[in-house]
Amino acid sequence: MSLSHKKLSGLAIAMLAMSLSMPAAQADDDDNEGRGSRHGKYGGEDRGRQVQPAQVNAKWQKECSSCHIAYAPGLLPAESWRKVMGGLNKHFGTDASLTAQENQEITDFLVNNASNRWTAPTAPLQISETAWFKRKHDSHEVPAAVWKNPLVKSPANCQACHTQAERGDFSERNIKMPR
Amino acid sequence: MLQKLHTSGLALMIVAGFAAQPALAEAPNQILDSIQTAAKNTPGFKGFSAARGESFFKAKQANGLSCASCHTDNPAAPGKHEKTGKAIEPLAPSANAQRFADPAKVEKWFKRNCNDVLARVCTPQEQGDVLSYLLTIKN
Ligand code: HEC
Ligand code: HEC
Ligand code: HEC
Repeated sequence: MSLSHKKLSGLAIAMLAMSLSMPAAQADDDDNEGRGSRHGKYGGEDRGRQVQPAQVNAKWQKECSSCHIAYAPGLLPAESWRKVMGGLNKHFGTDASLTAQENQEITDFLVNNASNRWTAPTAPLQISETAWFKRKHDSHEVPAAVWKNPLVKSPANCQACHTQAERGDFSERNIKMPR
Repeated sequence: MLQKLHTSGLALMIVAGFAAQPALAEAPNQILDSIQTAAKNTPGFKGFSAARGESFFKAKQANGLSCASCHTDNPAAPGKHEKTGKAIEPLAPSANAQRFADPAKVEKWFKRNCNDVLARVCTPQEQGDVLSYLLTIKN
């Protein structure tokens, strides 16, 4: 790995500072849930403590939001983003290719802000395949009929229920399920 | 320290954004001209046709897709991504001044969308026909 120590420790400080300054209302409500397994919560497949940094990369915002919302980097681990960004010419049945330069800049942003609580060796391509997603969207939280609603269409259609998904805000107070 | 880093980063991004804008802005006709320059190199080139562009735009391919699948049969109207359902701004320059203003963006989407619909890139002839068609659409 060519990641320098400097960069890593800078990142760690930045992440620490962010979590310290995070308002209580936004802080995750998960910390008391779930029993610790070998890998930690959700078998190690947890989203980041903060899923979207306050300062986002402009290229990511522009390029990754033309066909769907720009999915917040902390929803997946770094390795997932490397895979997604390595296969954009065949991206979920569509060509979403970028120039090499754009790809590098966006990959850096995603990888640097990927989930900091993911400890499992897995790297799914879809958010809806992650253990944290499945748990948060199980039949207790989202009744089966809601998934069948044409306004929802796909679990990837986050903003059908999370009205502020585009801003990386998935808090309960901004959920409005279509009926 | 963190604060400072963030602020200067933001300032940089804003400056870069402003600087990039004027250099990129081009009129759809200028983009049509450069497509024409490329098309002229093909033997037998006889100019672009808006009518041919329209049938190309609306023709369903073997995979069931056409340009109209997402941009609709009326490119002056808003479209909708056929898979994700996300809204797409109108494609016709008369309805959307942002269209065909940035050559790199035009090139990027012709490549992507033609690959999706036709499983190949579009020829300069096809691109010129489509743009000629879009330019005939009055809002
Ligand atoms: C040309 C259109 C297009 C562009 C541009 C695009 N995507 Fe996608 N993306 C799709 C489609 C289509 C799907 C499948 C959506 C579905 O299943 O509802 C998808 C799905 C995804 C998913 C999986 C969502 C899930 O949990 O099922 C991720 C992650 C993703 N895209 C990331 C990105 C990133 C990062 C970028 C920017 C580099 C990007 N996309 C740009 C079309 C696009
Ligand atoms: C059909 C509606 C629906 C869709 C679509 C949906 N969600 Fe949710 N989501 C919910 C509900 C309801 C909850 C509340 C669970 C709870 O109360 O803990 C939730 C919870 C969450 C949480 C936890 C919030 C918290 O603070 O505890 C996150 C993160 C989240 N969703 C992300 C996503 C992402 C990312 C997508 C798209 C890839 C998505 N959701 C798609 C309905 C939906
Ligand atoms: C699967 C959906 C889909 C299909 C099919 C599709 N497009 Fe697009 N197209 C898009 C999206 C999404 C954008 C970018 C949205 C935006 O800029 O707001 C776009 C943008 C474009 C642009 C960029 C214009 C500009 O200057 O902003 C061109 C040109 C274009 N499409 C041409 C075509 C042509 C020609 C076809 C048929 C071969 C086609 N599209 C088929 C989804 C589609």
